Amino acid sequence: MTGRLWLAAVAAFAAAVPAMSETAPKDVAFVEGAIEASLSGMPGNPEEGAKVMTTNALGNCVACHQVNGIPNVQFPGTIAPPLDGVADRWSEAQLRGIVANAKMTFEGSFMPAFYKTEGFIRPGAAYSGKAPEGDLPPILTAQQIEDVVAFLMTLKE
Amino acid sequence: MRATKSGLAATALGLALAGTALADPVEDTLVVETDDGAIEFVTTTTAPDHLKDVMDTIYSGWHYREDETRDLQRDDFDNPGMVFVDRGMDLWNQEIGAKGESCAGCHEGPESMKGLRAVTPRVDAGTGALMTVENYVNECVTERMGLEAWGMTSDKMKDMLALISMQSRGEVVNVAIDGAAAPFWEKGKEIYYTRFGQLEMSCANCHEDNQGQMIRADHLSQGQINGFPVYRLKDAGILSAQQRFVGCVRDTRAETFKPDSDEFKALELYVASRGNGLSVEGVSVRH
Ligand code: HEC
Ligand code: HEC
Repeated sequence: MTGRLWLAAVAAFAAAVPAMSETAPKDVAFVEGAIEASLSGMPGNPEEGAKVMTTNALGNCVACHQVNGIPNVQFPGTIAPPLDGVADRWSEAQLRGIVANAKMTFEGSFMPAFYKTEGFIRPGAAYSGKAPEGDLPPILTAQQIEDVVAFLMTLKE
Repeated sequence: MRATKSGLAATALGLALAGTALADPVEDTLVVETDDGAIEFVTTTTAPDHLKDVMDTIYSGWHYREDETRDLQRDDFDNPGMVFVDRGMDLWNQEIGAKGESCAGCHEGPESMKGLRAVTPRVDAGTGALMTVENYVNECVTERMGLEAWGMTSDKMKDMLALISMQSRGEVVNVAIDGAAAPFWEKGKEIYYTRFGQLEMSCANCHEDNQGQMIRADHLSQGQINGFPVYRLKDAGILSAQQRFVGCVRDTRAETFKPDSDEFKALELYVASRGNGLSVEGVSVRH
């Protein structure tokens, strides 16, 4: 095996086997809509979180929410409550629960569940319009959820 | 609802935002000057009875677009969709059938199609099948002209759809929802309210609950199809209603249905019925 192939094999292995402390979407325990522990077992990075929130193919939270805390977002949506001050209104565990699956906090919410892989009607492979091949991944990874939560925790008024 | 007090307060704030001028469909009147005089369109009217418990007023998607886009639809010389109507006219006259048949040979001028777009999809009395304009076209193409069926979203089909829709321009949409149409309509309604895909969103979530809101840069309309086919500036081409459905369902991270599937035909009937009372616009313009 050449050095590069060997590295690729290690990377593939690492991607296939989540870290020991990561919680898979179907194993998440909600308590009154909240999730106590970090889903990745690691702390989040708020800067990465802001990126996830403004990237169309990732969280795209700004499609519905305004966040004055993230400058330079063109055309934020008006569908959902502005997120400024959200850390005063909710605890970290509650925010983690809302981002992972908002329907556990707000019954029937329009907000998508970002860390959920089952129970959908005709799910597709991302935005391809086609059926997924193999297991459906959650929209955001455990670490991306943690990054978003870390950013939301900075939104104090 | 299990929201806490603070959550509810925040939601109320979100609703307050919805009350801004930005959220409303623009007040405006669509009049198109044509060689045969001016046509005034019904683009705002009272909701049909079957919608009374969810909304009072229905609006054409025209009201939600920017000034420049709305203006393009006021004048046939500015409306880029008219190119496709002209192409449809050429096709209408061409002797393309296996034995040299043309549409004109059987139907004379395209005016013979007046009214059709306003009442389709409809159940064909003879066969009991739900028929869109495209289905009628393909029936002639295959059975009377001896050709292979045209693709539902092929250029030929959409050019012909544009030409035929133009013949009903200004007529009020009035699709039947009772009698033989009822089971199709019920099925379409169920699809309209089903939360598809990984985003778990139904047509109603966007076009009924949130019409008037901004979803990122897009001003959400009621998702009416009285203006279809539409010319889309972004694609520099025309789009049928079911093509638009494909795009919307795909955007919910769902596996879409195909144009001409039983599901989308039923959905087209149901969505058309939500616009009963609005004018057929022929070929409208969207960004
Ligand atoms: C399609 C619309 C939509 C998207 C996309 C969306 N949300 Fe929401 N969100 C809502 C709605 C609507 C509510 C209000 C709760 C309710 O009524 O369901 C909400 C509520 C919230 C709340 C609680 C706000 C408060 O003050 O009570 C937080 C926090 C939140 N969302 C974070 C996010 C984050 C982070 C993302 C992206 C990763 C996101 N949302 C994406 C629609 C959305
Ligand atoms: C995630 C939000 C969302 C969902 C869900 C959705 N749409 Fe849309 N739809 C849009 C947006 C954004 C547009 C472009 C702006 C507009 O015209 O509302 C649009 C446009 C349309 C239009 C074009 C209207 C016009 O006048 O040009 C139709 C028709 C339509 N949608 C029908 C549907 C149907 C039917 C469904 C369900 C199968 C559906 N939509 C689901 C977001 C959505």
